[in-house]
Amino acid sequence: MQLYLPIADIPVNVFLILAMGAAVGFVSGMFGIGGGFLMTPLLIFVGIAPAVAVASVASHIAASSFSGAISYWRRRAIDPVLAVVLLTGGSLGTALGVWTFTLLRSLGQLDLMIATSYVILLTTVGGLMFWEGLRALLRARKGGPVTLRRPGSHVWIHGLPLKMRFKRSKIYLSVIPVVVIGLIIGFIGAVMGIGGGFILVPLLIYVLRVPTSTVIGTSMVLTLVTMVFATMLHAVTNHLVDAVLALILMVGGVTGAQFGARAGQKIRGEHLRLLLGLLVLAVGIRFAVELVIRPEDLFTVRETGVTG
Amino acid sequence: MTAHLAQMLGWLALGAALVSSPVQAERLIVSVSNHRVTVTPNYSGEELVLFGSVEKDANTPPNRNYDLVVTVAGPRADMVTRRKERRFGIWINTDYRQFLKVPTYLALFSNRPFDAIASPEVQRRQQLGLNNVLLTQRVSGDYADVVPDDAFRSAFVRLRKQHGLYREETSAVTFLTPTLFRTGIPLPAEVPIGLYNVEIKLFADGALVTKTDTAFEIVKVGFEQFVATTALQHGFVYGLITAFMALMTGWMASIVFRRD
Repeated sequence: MQLYLPIADIPVNVFLILAMGAAVGFVSGMFGIGGGFLMTPLLIFVGIAPAVAVASVASHIAASSFSGAISYWRRRAIDPVLAVVLLTGGSLGTALGVWTFTLLRSLGQLDLMIATSYVILLTTVGGLMFWEGLRALLRARKGGPVTLRRPGSHVWIHGLPLKMRFKRSKIYLSVIPVVVIGLIIGFIGAVMGIGGGFILVPLLIYVLRVPTSTVIGTSMVLTLVTMVFATMLHAVTNHLVDAVLALILMVGGVTGAQFGARAGQKIRGEHLRLLLGLLVLAVGIRFAVELVIRPEDLFTVRETGVTG
Repeated sequence: MTAHLAQMLGWLALGAALVSSPVQAERLIVSVSNHRVTVTPNYSGEELVLFGSVEKDANTPPNRNYDLVVTVAGPRADMVTRRKERRFGIWINTDYRQFLKVPTYLALFSNRPFDAIASPEVQRRQQLGLNNVLLTQRVSGDYADVVPDDAFRSAFVRLRKQHGLYREETSAVTFLTPTLFRTGIPLPAEVPIGLYNVEIKLFADGALVTKTDTAFEIVKVGFEQFVATTALQHGFVYGLITAFMALMTGWMASIVFRRD
C-alpha cells in the first residue's frame, strides 16, 4: 500500500516502513537502545531525505523508549535518581554538542566528522562489547564464574567525592562520573544525531558498575527525554519532522519493542552483550567500508534551499 | 484519449478566438490536460498531456515543415554537487560546485533530434537540449554556466536524470496532423511541489518561428496540505503534537501488550 508522505514528499510502502519500524523496535527493546543508528540509514536507503529521516526518527525513538520505559518501570527496573543525575549532565552535553555542531558546519567538514566518529565510536564500542561477551561466554563454557569482578573491586572512580546512594541500583557512587557520562552522551547525541543508548548501556555497566537489572530501563528514560527534546527542536528549527512517517514507524516500533523486551529477558546477559556488540560492530564496519571502498558514484547532488 | 482530444480541440477553438496575435505568420495554441495536479495520500506521480496546434494565416509560407521543442521547468532551487576523492585512504567530499536557482525538474521534448532541428548556434541560443540549458554555477565568486562536458555539470545532469527529474526525449512530441501536436509530460512521484512553466518553441527551416508558454502547478491538498502548512507555520505546536503522539503510541502499546 503506497502512501504519500506530506513532509518527505515521496510515496512509500506503508508495510515496508511498518516492518522496518518493527525490526528496529525489536532490537531496541531487546538491548534497551534507541536504535537511531539503525533506523536513520534504513530510511535514507528507502529514499527519504537525510534531514527528514534524522528529524522523524527522533520521535519514533521517543515512542519505543517510552513503551519500553513503562514496562521496565512496572518491573521496578528503573533507577529514577540515577536517571535524573544522568539527565543533568545530558542537557549540558546537548547544549555543548549543538554549539560544536554549528562550529563544525561553519568549518565545512561536518559530513566527514560525522562519518569518522560513527566508525570510531561504533567499531570501538562494538568491538569491546563483542570481545567482552566472547570472553564471558568462554569462561562460562569452561565452567568458571560468569560474573565479572563486579562488586568489591575498588577503581579510582569509587574514590571520587560527592558520593550519593542510588537505592534502586544498590550502588553508592560519586555523582561526578554519572554527570560526566550524561554529558558525553548528550554531546555525542547532539553532534551525531543519535540517542546514544548503545554507548550509555556499556558505560553504565562497565564504568559505573550499575547492575544489569536497572541499566536498560534507566537508559531508556534518558533516551526518551533526549528524543522528545530532539523532536521539539527539529520541529521548531527546520520543520522537517514528518508526522505521518513518524506515526508509521512508531506503531511498528512499539510493537517490535514489546516483543524485543520479552526476548531480551529470555537471553542470558552475556549472550545479550555479545549480540549487541556484534550488531554495533557490524554497523560500524559498514560505515568504515563505505569510507574506504571507492564509491560507485563519486558525485552527489544535494538541494541546499528552495528559492521559489 | 479521444475524449481528451475532443476537449482539447474545443479549447483550441476557444483559444483561437480569444488570443490576438502579433504580426506573425504562425501562432501556437497549447494547453495541458491538467493545470492543477493535486497531491493526495495516494499520489504516486502522474503523466500530463500537452496538446497544441500551429495556426497559420495568409502570410504563412505554404508546405513548411515544423519542428517543436517543449521545455518543462519546475520550481527553482539552489543545489550543490560534491565530488569525493581519496585522502589518507578514505573517500571524502573534497571539491564542490554550487548550482544557483536551477530547475528542480527539467524536461526537454522534441519531435526529432535537436541537431536535425537547428544549427548548434541556434541550439545554444534557444537552450535546446540539456547540454544547452543554462545551469548557473558559482565559480569562485563568479556566476556562469560552463561547457557541457564539465565534470560537475555532467555529473549533476546525470544524477538528476537517474531520478527521472531531468529528462530529454527527442521523439516525445508527435504531430497528429501536420499542424496538430501532442506530448506527454511524465511526472515521477518525487517531483517537487510548485509551479511548472512549459515553454513551447516552434521551428521551421532551422530558425525559431514563434513560441508560447503555459504553466501548471503541483499542489498538496487536504490532509497533505494541512500537515505541511502546520509543520511550517506552527512548528512548536506541531512538535508538541508529534511528541505527544509518540508518548501516546508508546503508552498504548504497553497497555495492549501488558501481560500481568
